[in-house]
Amino acid sequence: MSERRGKYTTVSIPVTLYERIRKIIEGTGFTSVSQFVTYVLREVVASYEAQQGEEPFTDEEKREILEKLRRLGYL
Amino acid sequence: MVSRPHGGRLINRVVTGKRREYLLGEAGELPRLDINMLRVVDLLDIAHGAFSPLEGFLVQEDYQSVLDFMRLSNDLPWTIPIVLDASPEELAGVKEGDDIALYYRGKPMAIMRVEEIYGWDKEEYALKVYKTRDQAHPGVARIMGMKELLVGGPIDLIGEYSDRFDPYVLWPRETRVLFREKGWKRIVAFQTRNVPHRGHEFVQKAALTFVDGLLVHPLIGWKKRGDYRDEVILEAYKALIRHYFPRDVVVLSALRMNMNYAGPREAVHHAIVRKNFGATHFIVGRDHAGVGNYYGPYEAWEIFKEFPDLGVTPFFIREAFYCRKCGGMVTEKTCPHGPDHRIKISGTRIREMLRRGQIPPPEMMRPEVAEVILRFPDPFVG
Repeated sequence: MSERRGKYTTVSIPVTLYERIRKIIEGTGFTSVSQFVTYVLREVVASYEAQQGEEPFTDEEKREILEKLRRLGYL
Repeated sequence: MVSRPHGGRLINRVVTGKRREYLLGEAGELPRLDINMLRVVDLLDIAHGAFSPLEGFLVQEDYQSVLDFMRLSNDLPWTIPIVLDASPEELAGVKEGDDIALYYRGKPMAIMRVEEIYGWDKEEYALKVYKTRDQAHPGVARIMGMKELLVGGPIDLIGEYSDRFDPYVLWPRETRVLFREKGWKRIVAFQTRNVPHRGHEFVQKAALTFVDGLLVHPLIGWKKRGDYRDEVILEAYKALIRHYFPRDVVVLSALRMNMNYAGPREAVHHAIVRKNFGATHFIVGRDHAGVGNYYGPYEAWEIFKEFPDLGVTPFFIREAFYCRKCGGMVTEKTCPHGPDHRIKISGTRIREMLRRGQIPPPEMMRPEVAEVILRFPDPFVG
């Protein structure tokens, strides 16, 4: 895992959790608790973000696209 | 639901209507930078959202972050720097904050707001992106031939590009509408720069088992000598789909995008781009986007472990071969028989046979596909 340097901030977690993570990552590719926590949080955040979102086109654009797709034989 | 665009918003920098007319008029009065076809292809990918969330060519902070951490400066995964090069002479008189016009073959293609002009270390780029400085690597050779400065900033596409592949090219908005119309929620994308052999067909069908639809997405654009020509790839796939896939589970569409041959980094790049097209899954091949012996056969699989937040699920399917005893395509995981029963699907061997005008054995390539390829007087890039 490449570890990112610079531009860091501190987040507090319970010491007991820190210790549990420290044990979990022994013998894995993770070299620090921070690296593991970053990895897990990225996964969680991406999963949350995936639920958000809106249609990237208006109804009119959609009509034009459908027309093109039919003309080209995709539909 | 199809994939959310990378970064949350599908970028659209294509200018239309009266604003386009105005900008076309304005372009003639702006400093002019002539660009080549490679940069035109980048412009199209940025403007149509294939490279979302990029809105232009990378500024230095993003450039360095991509090189060092394979992420944009806002933490989003991004592995291949998308850059615009220029010489000091071409940028004489241009300063940060200016607008410039990007021209291709005498016609204005885009207006660019120059946010930053900066120098770059091509050797650093080569080592970090390609893991080699060897100029025999086609990507490295291309980088070494680029100019001394990079220009970063957002673009607005005002020009049009058209060629004989237009009917095959769909942009992310279009594939997203298409998938919705078809009722597909889980879509697996297959990147290719090759004609299909039985091994490709096997992994596509194996992946298709788990999803609603397959996007076969051959890359058209600059390729190295000896690669299959774009029109050959498209015709070969049309033959395969017509004869060997059920109706309405496959979309064949061409992607205008530059090939970098950057192996593992490029595998992630290919996945991100397909996510923007709406794919929820992406097939990562053995030695994906590799060339020569620069990358290990499964290095492109390993790199995905670094990206828990990619937003598109990679499918890793082992190399397939034909087993005479099983009577079909299998993998190490599914077939217990020894090498005496197996026919290895070798792209190199297929290529040699096709060069000699021979039809490869049906265990390697479907005869209908081979026949289409052999109809072309020269199927390879010269």
